[in-house]
Amino acid sequence: MAGIRDKVAIIGMGCSKFGERWDASPDDLMLEAYTEALADAAIAKEDIQMAWLGVFFDEQNVGKSAIPLSQALRLPNIPVTRVENLCATGTEALRGAVYAVAAGACDIAMALGVEKLKDTGYGGLPERTKGTFEDLWQPNSTAPGSFAQLASAYSAKHGVDMQDLKRAMAHVSWKSHQNGAKNPKAHLQSVVDMDKILNAPMVSFPLGLFDCCGVSDGAACAIVTTPEKAREMGFDNPVVVKALQLAASNGVEMSHNSWDGSYTMTTRMAAQRAYAEAGIKDPLKELSMTEVHDCFSITELVVMEDLGLSKEGQGYKDILNGKYDADGEVPCQIDGGLKCFGHPIGASGLRMAYEVYTQINGRAGSRQLKDPVMGLTHNLGGIPNRNVCSVSILGRLNQ
Amino acid sequence: MTSVGITAYGAYLPKRRLNRAAIAAANAWMNPALKGMGKGAKAMCNWDEDTVTMAVEAGRDCLTGIDRATVDSVTLASTTLPFADRHNAGIVLAALTLDENSESIDVTATQRAGTTALIKALKAGGNALVLAADHRIAKPGSAQEMQLGDGAAALLLGTEKVIARFLGSHSLARDLVDHYRSANAEYDYNLEERWIRDMGYDLIVPEAAKQALEKAGVAAADIDHFIMPAIQNGLDARQAKRIGVKAEAVRSNRNREIGEAGVAHPLLMLVHALEEAQPGQKIMVIGFGQGADVLIFETTDALKQLPKRSGVTGQLARGAEDNNYQRFLSFNGQIDYEWGIRAERDNRTAQSTAYRKRDSITSFLGGKCTQCGTVQFPKSNVCVNPNCQAIGTQVDHPFADLEAAVKTFTEDNLAYSPNPPLQYGNIGFNEGGNIYMDLTDFDSGTISVGSKVRMVFRIKDFDDKRGFRRYFWKAAPAA
Repeated sequence: MAGIRDKVAIIGMGCSKFGERWDASPDDLMLEAYTEALADAAIAKEDIQMAWLGVFFDEQNVGKSAIPLSQALRLPNIPVTRVENLCATGTEALRGAVYAVAAGACDIAMALGVEKLKDTGYGGLPERTKGTFEDLWQPNSTAPGSFAQLASAYSAKHGVDMQDLKRAMAHVSWKSHQNGAKNPKAHLQSVVDMDKILNAPMVSFPLGLFDCCGVSDGAACAIVTTPEKAREMGFDNPVVVKALQLAASNGVEMSHNSWDGSYTMTTRMAAQRAYAEAGIKDPLKELSMTEVHDCFSITELVVMEDLGLSKEGQGYKDILNGKYDADGEVPCQIDGGLKCFGHPIGASGLRMAYEVYTQINGRAGSRQLKDPVMGLTHNLGGIPNRNVCSVSILGRLNQ
Repeated sequence: MTSVGITAYGAYLPKRRLNRAAIAAANAWMNPALKGMGKGAKAMCNWDEDTVTMAVEAGRDCLTGIDRATVDSVTLASTTLPFADRHNAGIVLAALTLDENSESIDVTATQRAGTTALIKALKAGGNALVLAADHRIAKPGSAQEMQLGDGAAALLLGTEKVIARFLGSHSLARDLVDHYRSANAEYDYNLEERWIRDMGYDLIVPEAAKQALEKAGVAAADIDHFIMPAIQNGLDARQAKRIGVKAEAVRSNRNREIGEAGVAHPLLMLVHALEEAQPGQKIMVIGFGQGADVLIFETTDALKQLPKRSGVTGQLARGAEDNNYQRFLSFNGQIDYEWGIRAERDNRTAQSTAYRKRDSITSFLGGKCTQCGTVQFPKSNVCVNPNCQAIGTQVDHPFADLEAAVKTFTEDNLAYSPNPPLQYGNIGFNEGGNIYMDLTDFDSGTISVGSKVRMVFRIKDFDDKRGFRRYFWKAAPAA
């Protein structure tokens, strides 16, 4: 069967400190992630034959094209490609590098995602045009307002009282703060109690301040090669890509009444394809951990169902019961997630891969899970009405 | 005898009714006389309403149950048209999906614009849609701020199924400056009330009325409904008496509930009279402004056959009390609030896109797939139905009057809105189709999944940098 499973190994990863990096420019962030990844892989710059750069808000800081990466690292004029696919951008960069290696176009490729949001002057994400036609009719929505739609529809569809849903959403954020507090690279490293979360100022009903992830600067980097080459380099049982899938909205959620607004359609599609590609029959049993797109607490809640980890309409109960806590059945956001690790958009997908890679390699320090073998990453770029979803599954070559 | 007359009517008043007591409470410190005027309320535009949007709503009300293809001209009368040089009536025509091969004109620059437009259209013949709307902004702390309200009226004219026959009219132009607004001025300048009464109304109105009665062959004593908007109390009864119209014929101007709606007011009162009149009654309508227009109508038996519509009665009943004077000032651009960085967004309109997509944006036409029947917005090349996806099969499908309900929503405090929180969500249409769109006119905390909504034509965004505003449709409470 065609697919990417076990065809590409990750031999080095790096991740900058995320946060309000007033001290750093994009080139500083890129260097930080790259230096760690290069040392991890124990290779030299000249060993990298191709590279992919992921940046979302190009107009804000980093700039268009792949030149910013080539220039920041003084790469030896190798092919470098810039990709953008909303919040799936980081995973999209990884996909480019992974496919190049799998295709045999090169032996070693690099994927690097970076975002420098805190020079824009905005508290949340900056305002941007949606397109000359879209601006004429679509609401001037914000990210929290767009994702808040999920909560209203979920509450109505499943008959869950908004106060109960709010408590489950608060648990999502509470858990991520618990985890983030153990992550020295996280943007937000404080624990927060439930009352504070529940009583926080309302941003976009029903999402309060603590239902929203951080807006951060940061970069993350991966170096990939074939399993054969990895073995030659001394990586006996490397972390490999088990699945790498993408699903893009085609307008059904925007224009067709078949979607009820209570879930993310593309996640369901990408997840099923990824499970098939990875050969996973029972994700709840086979996945050791997940890093999902918790841009907002309600997103994580519905995504637990969309990934098939919770039954439809039951995710909020599972969350309240601690199923996804650090000591739960399938820990979610053990690194703090977008909520606390932070969300420099172009880097986020690679940051998630970084955490799965770090956990499988047993290097996660005080937040280390017990013997994780396979982890899933998930990005949802855009808004529930119109998005790109990426799902990757990483695990040991021989497990 | 001519058989031309009124064939249908409609009205629109903004939902918000600002209590005058709130204005008095804010301003009486500087003008104690306002305290005595602090009674009742005035209809006020939401931030996303203007003369054009109100005219569209009045027009829709008027065209209830009427084949729009039969309308062959549109007149928009107002002294507060949003564009000094852009065909305002053309925006209304497109929003009402009327045939663009129609005559259309903006009539302006006097409080008589509504009545003059009506006379002109009656004399020209044809199935003319006459719209009158005004959204006058008065200086804070002025008496006019208390008195003026916003609203729109619509009358459809023709020779078939006439509900009120046009018996005659007279127009008289005399340059008595009771008030004026210079071309680029923000506010009116008003002259002394007693002079306006004694040398203006007292002399001009009876003179014009006498001529109109003669032309119509009607005796003043036979007038059953006397319509003369006036801000000064008692001025209407005073003129009726001078003309010889019986006192009980004088209709209330409803200023107490909605304020004086300028150019729209005589037509609003006429609409209201038609709602309450019996067949065979005579109506005199007077418009005053540097002269006077007087029109005389007689209702027919067809009056009671007109399909039900909101009219002034429905619009009076749907008012929602508002006591926020500061917000009123802000809606009218009279207070410069700090709105934060999100209000700095550049709302430049790509006019070439807006033109190319005008059927979607202004006329609110979506698509209907001729292969599978799926209704969708926007109309597109490839059918959105996952089980169809046929190419090039969609025909225009009007969305403006489709029944719909809220599927998902938020009230967003982060997004910029001139009336926060910004309300938006997915609207599901009963016939099929979904639109992610703005909501309007909902009080905060009253939206829920399943709330029934009605599509309304509103201002989407202002482009302050370039002095432009763009329009689209929004979901408002259905009732």
